[in-house]
Amino acid sequence: MIEVTRHDIVIVGGGAAGLRAAIAACEIDPGASIALVSKVYPMRSHTVSAEGGAAAVAREDDNFEMHGYDTVKGSDFLGDQDVIQYFVEQAPRELTLLEHWGCPWSRNEDGTVATRAFGGMSTKRTWYATDKVGFHMLHALFQHSLRFDNIVRYDEHFATKLLVDGGVVRGVAALDVRTGVVRVVLGRAVIMATGGAGKIFPFTTNGNIKTGDGMALAYRAGVALKDMEFIQYHPTGLPGTGILITEATRGEGGYVINSEGERFLATRDYGVGTKAELGPRDMISRAIIQEIEAGRGISGPYGEYVYLDLRHLGEAKIVARLPMVREISKIYIGVDPVYEPIPIRPVVHYMMGGIDTDITAATSLPGLYAAGEVASASLNGSNRLGSNSLTECLVFGASAGRNAMAFAEGSSEGSEDALRREGEEEAARIVALRGKQKGGEKLSRIRSDLHKTMESGCGVYRTQEAMNETARTVAQLRGRYADIALEDSSTVFNTELIAALEMGNMLDVAEAVANSAASRNESRGAHTRRDVPNRDDQNFLYHTLCYFDPAGPRLGKKDVTLGHWEPEERKY
Amino acid sequence: MSDGQQKKTFVITRFDPDRDDAPRKQAYEIPVHPDWKVLDALNFIKDEIDATLSHRWSCRMAVCGSCGMMVDGEPRLTCKEALSQYGDTVDVAPLANFPVVRDLVIEADGFMEKLTHVKPWIIRAKELAVEEGPMRQSPAELEEFKQFSMCINCMLCYSACPVVANEPEFIGPAAIALGHRYSLDSRDEGAADRNEIFRGEGTVFSCSFANECSEVCPKHVDPAAAVNQAKLNAVIDWATSLVLPRGGDK
Repeated sequence: MIEVTRHDIVIVGGGAAGLRAAIAACEIDPGASIALVSKVYPMRSHTVSAEGGAAAVAREDDNFEMHGYDTVKGSDFLGDQDVIQYFVEQAPRELTLLEHWGCPWSRNEDGTVATRAFGGMSTKRTWYATDKVGFHMLHALFQHSLRFDNIVRYDEHFATKLLVDGGVVRGVAALDVRTGVVRVVLGRAVIMATGGAGKIFPFTTNGNIKTGDGMALAYRAGVALKDMEFIQYHPTGLPGTGILITEATRGEGGYVINSEGERFLATRDYGVGTKAELGPRDMISRAIIQEIEAGRGISGPYGEYVYLDLRHLGEAKIVARLPMVREISKIYIGVDPVYEPIPIRPVVHYMMGGIDTDITAATSLPGLYAAGEVASASLNGSNRLGSNSLTECLVFGASAGRNAMAFAEGSSEGSEDALRREGEEEAARIVALRGKQKGGEKLSRIRSDLHKTMESGCGVYRTQEAMNETARTVAQLRGRYADIALEDSSTVFNTELIAALEMGNMLDVAEAVANSAASRNESRGAHTRRDVPNRDDQNFLYHTLCYFDPAGPRLGKKDVTLGHWEPEERKY
Repeated sequence: MSDGQQKKTFVITRFDPDRDDAPRKQAYEIPVHPDWKVLDALNFIKDEIDATLSHRWSCRMAVCGSCGMMVDGEPRLTCKEALSQYGDTVDVAPLANFPVVRDLVIEADGFMEKLTHVKPWIIRAKELAVEEGPMRQSPAELEEFKQFSMCINCMLCYSACPVVANEPEFIGPAAIALGHRYSLDSRDEGAADRNEIFRGEGTVFSCSFANECSEVCPKHVDPAAAVNQAKLNAVIDWATSLVLPRGGDK
């Protein structure tokens, strides 16, 4: 008999968005039972790896209109303008709460919170805690959450299915990694906060856990994934490992230089104008690829790269503002940035797309909410500005927590028998997969083939032919995945089983990415086509929706909310 | 793999409670890359040789705290340690002083309870309203606690601690450092609460000052210093309370 537990709401994911949602729910009703289901202990969540900062208007010379305009322009006018306005207005409040909860924000001499420059932002509005902002925010949130004993944590529980009864979400089925037991965790609303899916690519800043789980669960439950074609390449990752070197390096004055020592972002026309190194990520990543293609890259054992040069900042500033960059560079590439430039190349970092959510973090499926990278609230459109995403986790995490609680208030529990049966079916599926000997291929083969095809079809520069080819290959990989062989039949901490379930999720997400990309016949933001170099507002100023269908994905469209800023040519 | 490539043998502690009565050692000889960390070798074994090997990892940049293990008998973050510093045979075992779930995976719930016990959050007599805006904190005030806020909860210090080895209920270096971190924060008013906790059994006064915790800390948090300071504060606070029964708060 499967174990069933009941809560008021269920949150899946324990990073910044999930924890913020849990705290918001507690603030509304300290007596409510909040389930927090996470496949890792919350402080291992990938929020921990964010480095540079979180954006919110703080200075006298700044205002919501400026933050909003920077964001909509960064989005290449695909951001929903009502969502952007809501976001910029909520942002200072959320970062202030983090301050009250102990986040060690770096300070000005007078004790006020310090802010730094970031790409595409027209003034210093990025709050920071040296260059370990995600780490400090995550631990502040997690430690603050420990004071609420009504948050019931399901640590190392891997949610594998949304449980729906009568057209309303009522909970999740989750595999207890430690025991192999599948539990039915019920709540009258569910919030997805599981992050992105960078691991569908071979070269990514993302940690091993970023496998698109929440996107896949919602997709299979019939919710659209929105704008999945937009994959953000961060300009500065370490060759080989893909480890992130923060944009704060450039915010603090770092240069990007080619093999000739030239600051090409300042000297050549890459559309970033006088912003140079402080241009938006999509443009800088393209510029680096073009420099390499023009023969001005440097060859290394892990491909070609250019340099990020911080030497002129001096040791004192590097130690004070960018200590982690120095530590990472020394450990992972053997370079001390005080004395040598850091080899860097564009690396998959963030997904602008995700579960289609509205301004309230709600999805089209009653009872299901989503926040953070897993969601696409259309704050970021086709290109996110650096330091908007940590704030996004807070603003929409809080909103999801509040709105899910309000929904739960008016919702019923559904049929426990029906939900239990669904859970039992899911448990049977997982048991059948565990140690599945029949079949041929190893999981690692499928993963490496997925990586190859995603990089070749959905990289920085794309063509119709390559995207179509990737969509076809992903469909074939689904067939091969159905026939995998697994070696590990243990019930206890079976990481091969987890990886197999994650692979299923990654294939769903990859399908949505490739097919959405192949359908957008223009270049906008991070979706850049060699064969169609221009933006086409006449025909493509819409959000792409991708729906799951066993026969292959179905695509749809959704209007972009305009009204405040007129779309214009994006030049800096 | 070219013929000239270097090889190393990894002797890994295996234990699956579904099958094994006791932990056993299993050796894997694999080709290694000069740039690899210890974790890369484990992932190679998992992907290419033995998919049943279980270990935790995620960020592979020494900040998520998942991948702590005993490497040649010392607690280490495996994503941080260069393989080149080890010999032809490398011994990898689960973190010492924790119950083992399976293979290289240890039970961390005990640590989570210890962490919660020290109240690692801002305590204030009266909660601030968000409308009041951020509190002021000078760079010097920030510096007071900053180092202790760098703990990534990797638990290497528990593996190194001789007190934890003998007294598993000892609340341990990381939890004390994090509790103390909040007591040092100019925004916090909970030092008296935590001093009370730290005067309890199995906390700061159990520490024998072996300093092993600070030596293995991959983030240079120096938990031994935190324990030392917390001990002093707990005593001063207690002494003050004898003289001024309602005093002792800052």
